[in-house]
Amino acid sequence: MAQYASILFSMILVNNFVLVKFLGICPFLGVSKKFDSAVGMGAAVTLVMVLAIAVTWPIQQLLTAWGLEYLQTIAFILVIATLVQLLEMFLKRYVPTLHASLGVFLPLITTNCAVLGVATLVVDEGYTYLESLVAGLGAGLGFLLAMVIFSGVRRRVEEANPPEVFRGMPITLISAAITAMSFMGFSGVIDHLFGA
Amino acid sequence: MSQNTPSPSEPTLAQVFDKGLLEENPALRQMLGLCPTLAVTTAVTNGLGMGLATTFVLVCSEVAVSLLRHAIPKTVRTPAFITIIASFVTLVMMLVKAYLPALDEALGIYLPLIVVNCIVLGRAEMFASKNGPLRAAADGAGMGIGFTIALVLISAVREVLGAGTLLGVRVLPPFIEPMIIMVMPAGGFAVLGVLIAASVWIEEHPRHKTRYVKKRVAPSASLCAACPINCGIGDPTDDMCAKDEFVEMLEAAVTAAKKEAEEREQ
Repeated sequence: MAQYASILFSMILVNNFVLVKFLGICPFLGVSKKFDSAVGMGAAVTLVMVLAIAVTWPIQQLLTAWGLEYLQTIAFILVIATLVQLLEMFLKRYVPTLHASLGVFLPLITTNCAVLGVATLVVDEGYTYLESLVAGLGAGLGFLLAMVIFSGVRRRVEEANPPEVFRGMPITLISAAITAMSFMGFSGVIDHLFGA
Repeated sequence: MSQNTPSPSEPTLAQVFDKGLLEENPALRQMLGLCPTLAVTTAVTNGLGMGLATTFVLVCSEVAVSLLRHAIPKTVRTPAFITIIASFVTLVMMLVKAYLPALDEALGIYLPLIVVNCIVLGRAEMFASKNGPLRAAADGAGMGIGFTIALVLISAVREVLGAGTLLGVRVLPPFIEPMIIMVMPAGGFAVLGVLIAASVWIEEHPRHKTRYVKKRVAPSASLCAACPINCGIGDPTDDMCAKDEFVEMLEAAVTAAKKEAEEREQ
């Protein structure tokens, strides 16, 4: 149990996908302007990450068994793209309420580097199936957390009055730097808590 | 489709190549491909390696897409482009693994992630699918080299400030303590923010205005690859940027979906 908790929390806090690993920066900067969209996007990414790992992990085992590891990237990206499409169609047809809050974000994350990143990462780390799913959940929740925190930061930044040349993107990146700095405080915490 | 004799209004090969370097620089001006821009730029060698790998993929996939542009049906073009790009990324991964194992180690999962770099798919979609192979190659080379220059610039700043070295050679005098924060993630965001501010300053400064005529022409997916509006401005400070409209559009989609859900329940 401890090893799952350790993976989960280290993915959320220490190896935060956005602020430490720099994956999924485009939606992080693009959709974090409003709180509601930030939550929707974060939740959609979490869902897709877990599902993507659920599908790509067995595929990786097959590829390894057949000695076709070099097909990993092609196989993963196509499977993830198809999965996202199917998920959107499924939600629209059967769970319209969920489609309203999550579904509209799905087409935006078809080729999101955070999703492909987590699928590749769990293979590199050599996690078991369950560990991989937990890692996917952690990565998604970490993304959600970063989006929510940053949408709050951005509301302040929008009202601030930085020097002319820093308006827009530069000041957003500088505030992202400070947010990332705050996450540096978590390094070592997980090892200490779970004695891993 | 006369690829070899462009009409006078069409930009020449040199202009196609040139615009990726500064005017439409993918990383600094269009804000595309920010993930690798921030993640691998802790040392100049990594930035350079990443830039060149991306350039290779860009040129090859643009030429391939351009050659196949009449064969690929419109409806399946995105998956087809992704498959082409992924093939070249796999090729690069194998080459790097075989000849530059140290670079492979340093770039880690960011090497396969070139597949989802918005620059590559964006150029395939916006340029290669509409132009001949020669122009596509020039566009790929320009964008790729522009991206490489940006990566080298960012990584040079971060390596000198964060480790006190440049290309592994010590450049700062020993009494200056390097700022470790610069090679940490937080430093990546900060350096990119300051560099973009600097490029805006160079452009807007009255003394430079005559030389760098303000051009906001980049026909790109811009700031957010997530933005389907594609207004091509990519600057939230610009009144013309469609970002707010994008947010409104998203909200409208949510409202419509909710309504649909309610109707279904009744």
